Amino acid sequence: MKIELADISHRYGDAEVLRDISLSIPDGQIVCIVGPSGCGKSTLLRFIGGLEKPSAGQVLQRGEMPAGCLNPLTYIFQDFALLPWRSVSGNVSLVLEDHGIRGRDATKIIDDVLERTRLTDFAHALPRQLSGGMKQRVAIARALAVNPAVLLMDEPLSALDSQTRELLMDDLIMLWGRQPFTAVYVTHNLAEAVRLGHRIVVLSRRPGCIRKVIDIDKPLAERKPGDHDLDAFQQQLWELMRDEARAADAELINA
Amino acid sequence: MPEQGVVREVAFRGGGFAPKTRRRVGLVVFVALIALAEWGTRAGWISALTLPRPSDVLQTFIELYSSGLLFKHLVPSLMRLVVGAAIGVTIGIGTGVLIGLFSYIRSGLVPLIAAIFPIPKIALLPLFVIWFGIGEGSKYALIAFGTFTPTVVATYGAVDNVDRTLIRMGQSFGLTWFSIVRKIVLPGAMPGILSGLRISLAIAIILLVAAEMLGAEYGIGAYILEAGSLYDLERLFVGVIILSVLGVVVSGLIGAAEKRLLNWRV
Repeated sequence: MKIELADISHRYGDAEVLRDISLSIPDGQIVCIVGPSGCGKSTLLRFIGGLEKPSAGQVLQRGEMPAGCLNPLTYIFQDFALLPWRSVSGNVSLVLEDHGIRGRDATKIIDDVLERTRLTDFAHALPRQLSGGMKQRVAIARALAVNPAVLLMDEPLSALDSQTRELLMDDLIMLWGRQPFTAVYVTHNLAEAVRLGHRIVVLSRRPGCIRKVIDIDKPLAERKPGDHDLDAFQQQLWELMRDEARAADAELINA
Repeated sequence: MPEQGVVREVAFRGGGFAPKTRRRVGLVVFVALIALAEWGTRAGWISALTLPRPSDVLQTFIELYSSGLLFKHLVPSLMRLVVGAAIGVTIGIGTGVLIGLFSYIRSGLVPLIAAIFPIPKIALLPLFVIWFGIGEGSKYALIAFGTFTPTVVATYGAVDNVDRTLIRMGQSFGLTWFSIVRKIVLPGAMPGILSGLRISLAIAIILLVAAEMLGAEYGIGAYILEAGSLYDLERLFVGVIILSVLGVVVSGLIGAAEKRLLNWRV
């Protein structure tokens, strides 16, 4: 399934947040959206998943949903959004219950996704017992359980320390390698963007519009930390963003 | 040592501000106070009119128990407490959740709740007698009404405090409205609701005595009022202590409920 954004603009009251964003997210690829803080990249992600409505423009889904897909557009949140009163398997089962999947069918799916995220041994643990990295892996397992057509990731690694981030990036690359998924990945971290993105979309400062789209052809599995090609891309991105980031930093919040 | 000058250890200035439960300290305070009163009344520096002797109070309690009157007073009181509080708390939680979820209900009811919260419910007892009769009905109504308002306020505050990202998460996975309320909003509001219950149920016990002021032959409240009007301090204290124990039991029950329902908290 493909996602297309057609001329999306948005304003909150008087503040123009996004202007004329047109973008297509190809099937089976990870599209990273980067930009300075406050450029509306998270807002854009909420439009794609239907959690918020743009003032103008449309988000279109093109093509058939994959078989067995319960929730085509599925989020992974920065702060994990796990229910603290449910165990790991309970958090996964939450998103299956409303589809009438219970008992043995549910157990099969839960066991499968926990195995894929290496959480099998923690099925009965409560979120408060888990480290940040594990919590995010639970959220990834929960997202995989509904067999999504597109994963919408909102700064999924930003709440984690840098070592855990490295490990989780490897996990994501491994998961993509096993079964390529379509994803929109919002981040302010350029290193994450060049490691995970097939296509990187650079947004400008508010009002956010597309400054540049960069395609990186190198296969995900061959991208390693300290890779020279990637460093060059990262440098290029930073050149694009530096002045904007500085200006964004000097802005008053809500001014 | 190459360094010159004074060497001092860095003074510790952290710690504190983290009270912990120390077992049996509470009990020691109780026992000490009672022992003090006993000593004072026996030694004579507390006169019998100021404070009854604790051992006499105990004696009175034993008489009350052995005459069988204890349960004759306690059973109807507990009945009133349970029925009244159950009605008030149920309607209160229901209303609080609705206020927490719907803009129109919130805008319509929050000012109304603010208006009826400060009314001393005891003042309305005559009204309840007219509406619900001099029997049990007016007593249930008084206790129910008294527990209703604090429960509503605690509940909608708790619903407001439910983590919005969890609700967005529920929506993003296509959960139904009803599922979001049942599986995310209610459990998320439970800590606030339970701590609100502590207050509501204490108010219920206070109102129990008020409810039994009118037309109750038996009941802890009636017993206390009768002793009070006769200046029978021993019996007055027996009644008051029964109410205190009731309060401690209720608080213990809520504590147990918290332990069971909120074991997911840090």
